[in-house]
Formats: sequence, structure tokens, C-alpha cells
Amino acid sequence: MAIRKVCGVETEYGIVLRGAGESNPIAASSVLINAYVSSLARKVGWDFEDESPGTDARGFSVEGSSPPEVETHLVNAVLTNGARYYVDHAHPEISTPECVDAREVVVWDKAAERILIASMEAATSILPPGQEIVVHKNNSDGKGNSYGCHENYLMDRAVPFSRVVSGITPFFVTRQLIAGAGKVGCEAPGLSWREVPFQLSQRADFFEEEVGLETTLKRPIVNTRDEPHCDAQKYRRLHVIIGDANLSEVSTFLKVGTTAIVLAMIEDDELGRDLSLAAPVHALRQVSYDLTLAKPLELADGSKATALELQWQFLDLAKKYAESRGLEAVGEDVGAEVLRRWEAVLHGLETNLSAAAKQLDWVAKYQVLSAYKERDGLEWGDAKLRAMDLQYHDIRPARSLATRVGLERLTNEEEVASAMTNPPRTTRAWFRGRCLQRWAPAIVAANWDSLVFDVGGDPLRRVPMMEPLRGTAALLEDLVESCNTPAELIERLGA
Amino acid sequence: MAEREQKRKPASSRTEEVVEEAPGVSEKGEKIKAELDDLLDEIDEVLEENAEDFVRSYVQKGGQ
Repeated sequence: MAIRKVCGVETEYGIVLRGAGESNPIAASSVLINAYVSSLARKVGWDFEDESPGTDARGFSVEGSSPPEVETHLVNAVLTNGARYYVDHAHPEISTPECVDAREVVVWDKAAERILIASMEAATSILPPGQEIVVHKNNSDGKGNSYGCHENYLMDRAVPFSRVVSGITPFFVTRQLIAGAGKVGCEAPGLSWREVPFQLSQRADFFEEEVGLETTLKRPIVNTRDEPHCDAQKYRRLHVIIGDANLSEVSTFLKVGTTAIVLAMIEDDELGRDLSLAAPVHALRQVSYDLTLAKPLELADGSKATALELQWQFLDLAKKYAESRGLEAVGEDVGAEVLRRWEAVLHGLETNLSAAAKQLDWVAKYQVLSAYKERDGLEWGDAKLRAMDLQYHDIRPARSLATRVGLERLTNEEEVASAMTNPPRTTRAWFRGRCLQRWAPAIVAANWDSLVFDVGGDPLRRVPMMEPLRGTAALLEDLVESCNTPAELIERLGA
Repeated sequence: MAEREQKRKPASSRTEEVVEEAPGVSEKGEKIKAELDDLLDEIDEVLEENAEDFVRSYVQKGGQ
């Protein structure tokens, strides 16, 4: 039986310091995050003891690949909602806390946006007059520089990695139809907006390999980083680097929800059909560039199918899986909602694009930019359309286009506001977040799988959290709430 | 993908949806267009003043 698909997303945001001439994005990111955490006055450092991004899921380690020590002194905070907020590769980045299903990911991902908005406001109050830090939730500057929105899914270590790769690759290539955030023009070598006026995905131009460890160059469709941040004997964490950052809640919900279901199917060896593509990297771009959604892809077995047909195939297989095995691994109710919405958007894409314009980012963006282009008689290469493309992802309420195009909401503001400071109750993130709420001064370091307490005296006490589904409110709330001090907590946990 | 076609044809739920929606399509289309026109006006209000400069100065360092 597939294990619960504990999941989360980590988003690198685009950042610009306006009104200052030349600016250093690393410094700007630090100012941004520091402004936020100072406003909360609850800063706990990240602990890199167990980080090993150079370990490969295929069973070897890359020498010279080490935890990002250089950046650790910059800013690296753990928030009371269980998230990590830090500077990574010259971008502010938030990793959501571990969530138990796709809907929780949507809530904590939206909360992350709100945290960035609050950070911009806090930064403005300490910057010199006329300067402003502006953050975009996108994945490309339109000039060949890309930054990621990664997803993570808990997987059973016993599943052969080769099965994950062959099963998930055609899914990743075709899920751009529902998860793409849309982009004007093209950043692949030798192509411009003349050949590719608009494409489905922000990221497709930047992928060059099928499988690999890299994340910043020669990016692979399936990333092999083997750093589970939990019991490595039992689990792996599938680190997915191929997604776009979504503004649409439905896009995020479907991106994470459909992927979690397909991974559960792969884990149970219930995919049932080999949909391997003849040339996945080529197909990835072909799908992104094909606004007709009608060009067939070549499969490894010699047959042909469009991306839409392959998505229908995955949906059909997922429905059969749901009937025969159930959707416990992704949450029964959420799983059923994912299947329902998945079918609805595929149907929309198939019949009339505008039917999906309230759900999918790329469709919403394409529709509004097309209308603007039409109204003003512009070419796709016009700076106005490129500016609108960027501004779709501007998360400032006064400027955001994504919040103006009528996207359907799955969350309400109350739960999003709560998720800015409160952790999900359903994973170990609850323990991390709740302990930080109550005893931040006694917590000297935190990471995904442990908290380190200083309760006076020697030594520091490390509380391991190797099981993502322990440390939940259901398991620990009574105990944690009945403790008056961190020392009492440590004693009663028997750490 | 012949098998896919065979399976989808009898999927009555999807066919029904199309039939129900068909009579309202043009009306719906006009409503969507009117909404879009309003939206474009609203976007004009918030769009960056100098698109050329804005686009040119938006440069990021590559990330993951």
C-alpha cells in the first residue's frame, strides 16, 4: 500500500530593489527576510547538520557537493508555521511546512505569498525613502535566467527509483497543461517570440536532461537528489524541480494533487501502462510551445499521442486506481476532489480554452494578454505584453494582475492568515511550529527532522523528528500543552 | 491512442455537459468579452508606466 504522500513546495521568488540604481539581490533578499523576522522577533537559526544535497537517489554521492554553507550566515529562519524562510541563490525562498495533502499545500503556499507581502511592507519601512523591494512569484526574468519552484513528496524507499523515473517522466512532460504558469516568448537558444509567441510553461526552456542531480544548470526532468530529511531507511523524498510557481490556487492544487496520486500509483505498481516518451526533453518543449494542444508526441513504443490524450490516460488510470485501491495515500476527500477538478480542466482545455481561464494560470494569462494585444494591435514581442507577463506574478496587491483576472479561490483569507503563523496540525510541522510559538528562546536550532533545545545546563538536547507523520497535533497536543517549560517537555518526551 | 478514443466516446457525463452548454455559448461568449474589456481597462490603471524600462531592468540571477 502506498505510503501517505506528505508534501510541500519551496519557491524562489524574483526580487528587485527599486530606486537604488545598481542593487545586489542577495543583500536585498537579506533585507527583505530580516525585516520580516525582526518584525516578529522570533528568529531561530537553521541547523545544517543533516543536509546532504549531493547524495544521489541512484545510489552514489557527488564529491564536493556540500550543504550551502556560504549562504547560511545570510538569513535562514524557521517560522512558527513550520516553514523555512531563507536566501537561496540570490533569491528569497520559502519552503512550506510539511503538509498532508494538496489542499494544505495550497493554504500554506498562499500564506507564504502573504509572508512575502508582509516582508515587502516591513522592508519599505526601513529602506531609505524612494526605495522599494518588489517580489515576483515567477520562474524566469525573460532573459534566460530561471529560478525554481520545487515540490517534495514522501516516497517509500523500497520502490525502485528506475520505476519512479519511467512512470513519472511522461506525466511531468504533459502536466504543463494544467500546471504551467504561461510565458511570453522563448528563452531556448536560437528561438524568440517570433517562433514561440507564448508558451504554457515558465520553465520548459531550461530543461536539458532526463534524469540527474543538477538543479541550477543542465536541469533534469527528474531530479535525483536523495536527501530524505527523515528516516532514510524507510523513505525517500522525491525532489521535483520541474514545476512552475503558480498563482492560481487550482493550478497549485492540481499540480500537487495529481502528482501525488500518480506517485502513489507508481509506488503500488498500479500505473498499469508504459507511457514512456521517445524523447522527453524535446517533448517537454513541444508541449510548452503548442498552443493548439493538438500536436502528437512520439511514444517509446512507436505510437503517438497528444499531451492532452496522455493526461486523459493518466486520469483514467488514476480513476481505476481510486476504485480498486482507494486514495488514502493522498487523503480520500482531497483525492476525490483532485480527480473531479482534473477531469473538469482537461475537458475545458479540450473544448474551449476560456472554460479553464478561472482555474489555470497559463490560460488566464494567455486570455488576458491576447485580449490586450488584440485591443491595442500589438505584436507578441511588444514590451507592454512582456511587462504584463511579469506583472501577472507581481504579488503586491496594488499591482498584481493574477489577483485581477478572476481566478477561482479554494481558500479563504482567514485560514490563509492563520497559516502565516500556525503550522499544519497533520504532520511533524505541528511540533516544530508549536514549540517555536511557545519556546523560541530555548530553541537554538531547527531543521526538518530535529529541534535542538537549550534548557540550561549541558548538553544541548536534540529532539529527532524522523517520522513526518509523528509530531502531529493528534499525537502530541495534549502532552505539549500540558508542559509549562521546555525542560519539562524534554523530560516527558524522554529525549 | 485508439483505446483512449473507444473509452471516451461512451463517457456520457462529458457529452451531456456539452449539450447543456451549447445553447448559451454565444451569450456566454459575449459576457466573457464584456468582462475582459472591463478587465483590460482596470489593468491599464495598474500597469507599470514605462513598460520598456520595466522589462529591461527586470534581471534576475539564475537559481535552482
